[in-house]
Amino acid sequence: MIRVEDLVKRYKKAETNAVDGISFQVKAGEFFVLLGPNGAGKTTTISILTTTLSPTSGGATIDGSDIVREASAVRRKVGIIFQRPSLDQNLTAEENIRFHALLYGLYPYAPTYALMQRAYRGQVEELAGLLGIAADIHKPVRTFSGGMRRKLEIMRSLLHRPKVLFLDEPTAGLDVPTRRTLWEHLTEVRRTSGTTIFLTTHYLEEAEEADRVCIIDKGKIVSFGTPDEIKRDLVEDYVLVDATDRSALGDELARLGYATSGGAPFKVELNGHTVHSILRSIETPLSVVKTHTPTLEDAYLEIVSRGDD
Amino acid sequence: MTEASAILAIAHRDFIKLLRDRARIISSFAFPLIFIGVLGSSLQSGFGEQAGINLLVFVFTGVLGMTIWQSTAQGIISLIADREEDFSQEIFVSPISRYSIIVGKILGESLVALPQAAGILAFALVLRIPLSLDQLARIAPALLVVAVFGGAFGVIVLANLGSQRAAQQIFPFVLLPQYFVAGLFNPIGNLPLPLDILSKISPLRYAIDLTRDAYYSTTGERVQQFDALTNLAIIAALFVVFMVVGTFLFVRAERNR
Repeated sequence: MIRVEDLVKRYKKAETNAVDGISFQVKAGEFFVLLGPNGAGKTTTISILTTTLSPTSGGATIDGSDIVREASAVRRKVGIIFQRPSLDQNLTAEENIRFHALLYGLYPYAPTYALMQRAYRGQVEELAGLLGIAADIHKPVRTFSGGMRRKLEIMRSLLHRPKVLFLDEPTAGLDVPTRRTLWEHLTEVRRTSGTTIFLTTHYLEEAEEADRVCIIDKGKIVSFGTPDEIKRDLVEDYVLVDATDRSALGDELARLGYATSGGAPFKVELNGHTVHSILRSIETPLSVVKTHTPTLEDAYLEIVSRGDD
Repeated sequence: MTEASAILAIAHRDFIKLLRDRARIISSFAFPLIFIGVLGSSLQSGFGEQAGINLLVFVFTGVLGMTIWQSTAQGIISLIADREEDFSQEIFVSPISRYSIIVGKILGESLVALPQAAGILAFALVLRIPLSLDQLARIAPALLVVAVFGGAFGVIVLANLGSQRAAQQIFPFVLLPQYFVAGLFNPIGNLPLPLDILSKISPLRYAIDLTRDAYYSTTGERVQQFDALTNLAIIAALFVVFMVVGTFLFVRAERNR
């Protein structure tokens, strides 16, 4: 559904690339998460994929349409929830929806709600019912809560039945209960519409449910795969051992066939063994034993802090 | 079909926003009324006899054209604010052509400017500025042209500004000198050469002159520089240049950041 190849973006007057040669693919119907710290290049990537920003080099296609040469076709195929809310506060919920419907050519223009096509009014009533705002649909959006606005935005972005729904940090700035209900809402949307979802976030827990996750930092991909694969890939489980007689221990570990890292103290990778079985098999008297089993979060933090030093 | 609906939707939104923004409606009347009521009246009482024309009427016709022209120009420049704030993201990711966005915006801002024109004309009656139906019938189409022309000027300014901050700082410098060289308050028949050159390249001059021509063509007085046809020809030429160059630059700048 989405194919990104060697995408590079360098902003004018910038000294480094905001996005630095990333390539990946997203399958149809997938829930894909682009994870990374602030400034990693997530919004830049989404802006390029949604055609509001030109890439410096490389390219991408969405459902076969090229993001540069066929920008208009791409725009028709995608829906976007921006980092900053993009509802017009002065308009009512219904007017915001109507504006979207007209921009996407779903219905012909009419100056008032009552004069819009019956099909449109039916769709609005249905949406309002789903969101539980039937009574407020003709009230200005500025009277809505933050979570409600986000839901309205998601509903609005699905009006033209996009093949891919892009969400750029949709939960940023929302409190925990609101984030949770929004999340449930999104899961429901996925289940019923089958839309491919491309989400960026810097919250690790939001990536746990994804089909596949791509972690980027400083414009480069640092890890890619299912959450489990990423865990396996990133999380290094080992037991650290040392002995007074280091050479004997080194020889023994080699003889036993354990993968170790260089010299003492020795990092013995678990590779499917248990700490217990490894320790039992070693006969050289040990002076140090330390186990290391980081969580995905530890691994993520390690990745994103690596560049800081 | 899609593009037409989208253009109408963009214009519709601008107009609705105006109707719901009372502060903006009031402030949009304040300046023209001060210019006409205070400046126009005092100029007339001080210099009216020496000038040989009614300066109140002179200022009124100038301010009428200027207000409409400036209103649409500023409205177009608000696309920058939209882009920075929130909403135009929604417009810019939609499949409609960038040219339709500009056209819809000009149409919308022209609609927004016209109630201001009605307010200023009503104020003219309060000040007992003579205004016949014949004059009104000539002024109305002239103002439509002026509104659309102001929009085109907004596009060329917009295309050259990067941010709302730049717009707020630079736009007054683009606008204010034109007040004086375009003959808003002062006759420009005998300007020294440098100012005369500036005057001739000031787009506002032709907007004001077209409005004045519509008013004075029935009175027998001649304060306008050119007749309607000449003004229209110049405005049409500038319009095409502003729109083509402005939209091209704007669309390019949007994506190549």
